[in-house]
Amino acid sequence: MLLLAFDTASPAVTAAVCEPVGDGVRVRASVSSVDARRHGELLAPGIQEVVERSGAQMADLTHIAVGIGPGPYTGLRVGLATAHALAEALGIACHGVATLDAIAFASGRTTPFVAASDARRKEVFWARYDDALTRVGDIAVDRPADVDTGGLPVIGHGAHLYADVFGQDAAQAEPLYPDAAALGELAVRRLVEGRELPEPLPLYLRRPDAQEPGAPKKVRQWQA
Amino acid sequence: MSNTDLPLILGIESSCDETGVGLVRGCELLSDEVASSVDQHARFGGVVPEVASRAHLEAMTPTVQRALDRAGVKLSDVDAIAVTAGPGLAGALLVGVSAAKAYALALGKPLYGVNHLVGHVAVDQLEHGPLPKPTVALLVSGGHTSLLLVRDLATDVRLLGDTVDDAAGEAYDKVARLLDLPYPGGPPIDRAAREGDPGSIRFPRGKWGDGTYDFSFSGLKTAVARWVEDAERDGRPVPVPDVAAAFQEAVVDVLTRKAVDACREHGVEHMVISGGVAANSRLRALAEERCAAAGIELRVPRPRLCTDNGAMIAALGAEVVAAGLPPSRLDLATDTSLPVNRPLAG
Ligand SMILES: [Zn+2]
Repeated sequence: MLLLAFDTASPAVTAAVCEPVGDGVRVRASVSSVDARRHGELLAPGIQEVVERSGAQMADLTHIAVGIGPGPYTGLRVGLATAHALAEALGIACHGVATLDAIAFASGRTTPFVAASDARRKEVFWARYDDALTRVGDIAVDRPADVDTGGLPVIGHGAHLYADVFGQDAAQAEPLYPDAAALGELAVRRLVEGRELPEPLPLYLRRPDAQEPGAPKKVRQWQA
Repeated sequence: MSNTDLPLILGIESSCDETGVGLVRGCELLSDEVASSVDQHARFGGVVPEVASRAHLEAMTPTVQRALDRAGVKLSDVDAIAVTAGPGLAGALLVGVSAAKAYALALGKPLYGVNHLVGHVAVDQLEHGPLPKPTVALLVSGGHTSLLLVRDLATDVRLLGDTVDDAAGEAYDKVARLLDLPYPGGPPIDRAAREGDPGSIRFPRGKWGDGTYDFSFSGLKTAVARWVEDAERDGRPVPVPDVAAAFQEAVVDVLTRKAVDACREHGVEHMVISGGVAANSRLRALAEERCAAAGIELRVPRPRLCTDNGAMIAALGAEVVAAGLPPSRLDLATDTSLPVNRPLAG
């Protein structure tokens, strides 16, 4: 198994090549940069770089794992469109990993916590975890003040942005963003364990903003 | 030289609400598949960018697969990938460009980020063969109203004029709403107008005879709105066919007049009309009449090729490859307002 992982559902653009080794996972190469406005420019060169640095060819890849968000939609779709097309062109399996799960996994925490990412519009995407590998329930989108943290520590960029709401523990919010090395490691572990991964489909969690038009605006005041 | 000696170009288009994928060799069209999200936008009276972007992501790889199947080729047969880099909606463009980069990377084939507007002109080659040089091109659709001087599709395209406000197709959509006709407004207005008298109402011709090749349709739209409101206020029934015909006449009169003037001024004997509004029957008829009178050969691609599609992007890609231009880099950026004088985005 040689797995290409990447995620564009946060301000970070990150890619990695991973493989199972013994009981663990080896990350052959990884790259990350934070630039919320250049996902479309950075991802493909990043993938090319990690595949080259891992000493492999594109044709050697056997699996793709892509972050499915939730996260800002334009960036999120860069990763998913790339994953779908790569998987089709290479004829290999493509799986999804919730971006928040990758952040939680990278925290390495062994006790309960909350992970939160920036959902824009003064809201966060968030979920509760029993430990780094175990999410409790679904991911939700809420205003920070409405998140029921149960007094648990909060990690992720959402914790960092809303430190005033989430309190002291937000100072230990690391990791802020997903890292494809962790995302890939999580995906390899699950696949080796024979567990199902989500479909590579976006977690939007919100309907598109669109307003149905009212009556055409009058261009002239009617005389009474 | 047989056609199979020419490179096989995969074209991907996602600048607005159509996910288009085409396969082309030179001037030969092998397939042209489109998945449209137009029905999802109808109740909003215009394209909703986020709705369009979501639909592009869902439709992209299935549409590529359909295009390959229809052409009877495999992805590994593709020699180069062309994709719309702009102009268009930011989020929508990004889906197509991301997919195109992934195909290029996986297949180890060159990527060409090309100009949507020039693609509308290049597509005519798939129906009528190589474009005469030079040609004046009139692009009219819901998103654009531009007059171009095309000396070479890959390397020499000049903008002569553009709309200063609404695109022609946008004016159709807005007037259709005023007349309680469905979205998109072009076809229903065209149909209604056939029953009406274009001379019954005289609507203003924006920028008529102003010495430029620019267009304006905002004043026309307002004039139609006023006319309809006045009729309603006075309790007169609105003669929809007459209003539609008079509105349509005002649009196509300015479009064709300026296009013919551009041919005359630049000594050009060929004209192409493309874009969604090129399917309009009155535009075609008046353009034919005026071009014939001026000794200009007119080419209008069939309606299916005039609307946004992937074949037009593949057709331009084929030109760019044939011209020997360097491929785009993998860090190619989308450009929502890519100027028309850059057929290849870089
Ligand atoms: Zn167009």
